[in-house]
Amino acid sequence: MRAITSFLKEIRNYPSAIVGLIIISFLLIISIATPIFIPYNEAVRLWRGGEDIWAEYPRNAWPVWRNWFSSTDLPSTIVFNSSEGEGVRTEESVSDNTREVRFTFEFDFPYDEFPPELILFARAQFDVKQPFLEMTWFTPDGREIRAGEFSPGPSSSFRFSQDSRLQRRLERETGIPDVPVEKGLFDDPSQEGLQPLNGTYRLEVSALLFEEDSDVDVTFVSYGLVHGLAGTDHRRRDLMIALLWGTPIAMAFGLLAALGTTVTTMSIAAIGVWFGGWLDALIQRMTEVNAIIPLLPILIMVGTFYSRSIWLMLGLVVLLSIFGLSIKNYRAIFLQVRELPYIDAARSYGASNMRIIFRYMIPRLLPLIIPQIVTLVPTFVFIEASLAVLGLGDPILPTWGKIIQDANSQGALFNGFYYWILEPAVLLMLAGLGFAMVGFALDRIFNPRLREL
Amino acid sequence: MSQEALQVDLKNTESIEASERQARTRAMTRLLRYTILRLMALFFTVVVGVYITVLIANMGGYVDEIRRGQIRESIVLAASLDPEFRQLPEEERTALIEERVAIQEQRYGLDQPFVIRSFRYLSNALTLNLGFSEGLTSDSGSRLVKNIILERLPSTLVLFGTANLLLFFVSLFLGLSLSRRYGSFFDKLVLGLAPTSAAPGWFYGLFLILIFAGLLHLLPFGGMVSAPPPENPVDYALSLLQHMILPVTATLISAIFLTIYNWRTFFLIYASEDYVEMAKAKGLPDGMIERRYVLRPTLPNIITSFALLLITLWTGAIILETVFNWPGIGQLYFKAIGVYDTPVILANTVVYAYLLALTVFLLDFIYALVDPRVRVGEGSHGR
Repeated sequence: MRAITSFLKEIRNYPSAIVGLIIISFLLIISIATPIFIPYNEAVRLWRGGEDIWAEYPRNAWPVWRNWFSSTDLPSTIVFNSSEGEGVRTEESVSDNTREVRFTFEFDFPYDEFPPELILFARAQFDVKQPFLEMTWFTPDGREIRAGEFSPGPSSSFRFSQDSRLQRRLERETGIPDVPVEKGLFDDPSQEGLQPLNGTYRLEVSALLFEEDSDVDVTFVSYGLVHGLAGTDHRRRDLMIALLWGTPIAMAFGLLAALGTTVTTMSIAAIGVWFGGWLDALIQRMTEVNAIIPLLPILIMVGTFYSRSIWLMLGLVVLLSIFGLSIKNYRAIFLQVRELPYIDAARSYGASNMRIIFRYMIPRLLPLIIPQIVTLVPTFVFIEASLAVLGLGDPILPTWGKIIQDANSQGALFNGFYYWILEPAVLLMLAGLGFAMVGFALDRIFNPRLREL
Repeated sequence: MSQEALQVDLKNTESIEASERQARTRAMTRLLRYTILRLMALFFTVVVGVYITVLIANMGGYVDEIRRGQIRESIVLAASLDPEFRQLPEEERTALIEERVAIQEQRYGLDQPFVIRSFRYLSNALTLNLGFSEGLTSDSGSRLVKNIILERLPSTLVLFGTANLLLFFVSLFLGLSLSRRYGSFFDKLVLGLAPTSAAPGWFYGLFLILIFAGLLHLLPFGGMVSAPPPENPVDYALSLLQHMILPVTATLISAIFLTIYNWRTFFLIYASEDYVEMAKAKGLPDGMIERRYVLRPTLPNIITSFALLLITLWTGAIILETVFNWPGIGQLYFKAIGVYDTPVILANTVVYAYLLALTVFLLDFIYALVDPRVRVGEGSHGR
């Protein structure tokens, strides 16, 4: 207990370490909370899901915070799902078997840009005769535009932009040749060029049902240019899932790898020093050989040929770092520790070799390994990200590196989707800086020789 | 002065010169011996390293599969070109092909036990004799793995040679000047920025591309020269330089602050030695003190730390090249992974092992040059 308080007192002298500790605790809280709120299976299902899960999400939408920094207000996604009771549904009987169901979706459009896509999803139940849908678009300035009609199946979608008749109607309406539908519908005709008209829009969907048991439900989506706190990717997935789930994965990988390599390296150095002779020489030579074996290429090779499982990679990283060059440093220190009187004392009471190594020699170096472990964490976090960037990330798990890889392969920087790279990059940076800052301070606290310099 | 005395004096000068010459030759031979010994040790190290690489690659029998596939392919191809062969009935044809495949497999030693085979692979890998790629071709159209790699090696060496030389000299210079201004604002700044070295170069590369290519449109997004390569060598060099700015800067950012900080600490340790105080007391100029009394004894340490740094930088190079679309061997990895081109991946790994060994050797050699213990000390270079 006293050790902890004195440590806290000590660390107060290093403001960067406090910042680092805050960052680390932030990441650790996310790491603990994420698996609780989004269970593993759910995360994997969502991340691997296709249009069936993500249909109502926009493609490549910026996060909402973009609007806070910019004078133009980008549209958010507007969704009306009639099966969840959104919008107004009225029903009246037209003739014997024919009924008309009318959905009215009224929404405010206060944005400065046009939505990129408009889709109406319809789910119809029928035996033989398909229902018939007809849409009418009411603009805030009181115009009424016939917005197409179609007969839905059990699960169909109507993309406004693909209706060429509507497109021609809008050309006449706006006077602009080749006007895209989603822009024409929101255009302010009183202004030159394409300018969105703000105000309350209304979409009326009238469905004619020709059977007694027939029914229809529709979902209208006006896609946004911004979505959620994290934005979406090219497959409409909400990046938040990968950002959140990437945190525990990165932390687990980094911490386990750092702990694993440091502990094994130290044990090997201690064993080498204690037994000496050919064993020590062999360990030394192994270290030199290991320095020549390129870690990342080996991981790439294994990732390409066998398996991309993150746990296999973790095992390999530890295995290939066991004979890391830090053995040389530890060896130099253990050589001194071996000569200390308390080791002689242990030997004289008949302690076994292993007891001396693991109970007396290694604990002696604890102050040295704690900063070492902490500073090593970012290295491994970045190795994991590097593998993912190369396309060798775990095939199932959503990780930060995989977001960067997706973004890179979709030319995110070139196409201006900066958020796509910035978000995982900032998290990686936070993880890197947090651990490095704390490690630096710990190094200076535990090695007072450095403090004077 | 008498004639005799003069002669004695002359003789003395001669003998001093002779002994100096002798000493120099002795130093040179020692240096040479050290170099050869290190080279042999490193070669042995590379052999063991590549052997381990080959073993890892062969765990699933992939190298064998490549070989078998190649043999079968070439035999089937040769058979299909043979008109007589085509007239044989189907069964006989397959039997004949199988027979030929078996003969070839025997010739390549694929029927031998794995231990013997693995040594054959080792020698092939060491000479980069890994046959043909599965899909990738070199720009000149060759499918020989050796050609593909050798063609890309210069680009990698240009980029990382430049970046690392810059890193070395800039860090050395700034480290020295910071050790002079110990405790100043810049000293504290570098100390504060040292944790940034936790992130690799490619990571900063992303930000640099975003800022300088994406937002400011000042520099290209990637590549090595502009799209149709300029004919004029001067334009070519300029275009190359322009494309090199961002990747080199990214490498620098990822390593420079920690390096400066570490080296400055070395300098400070050596600057507090008694003999430096002595030199100061003698009134020697600062520049001389720094060069002779601080830099000289620190250099071996610095070179060792640089060697360690280079090993990590080489690894990061793979992704840096991928991010910057730099046509070097790192990007080749990325492409080879994309199309599962096993021979290229294997050969590339071997080349990486070579590059690491070469780096270690070069630095060892420089170490021998700057460390007087290697040149003068009688067998005292036990480290």
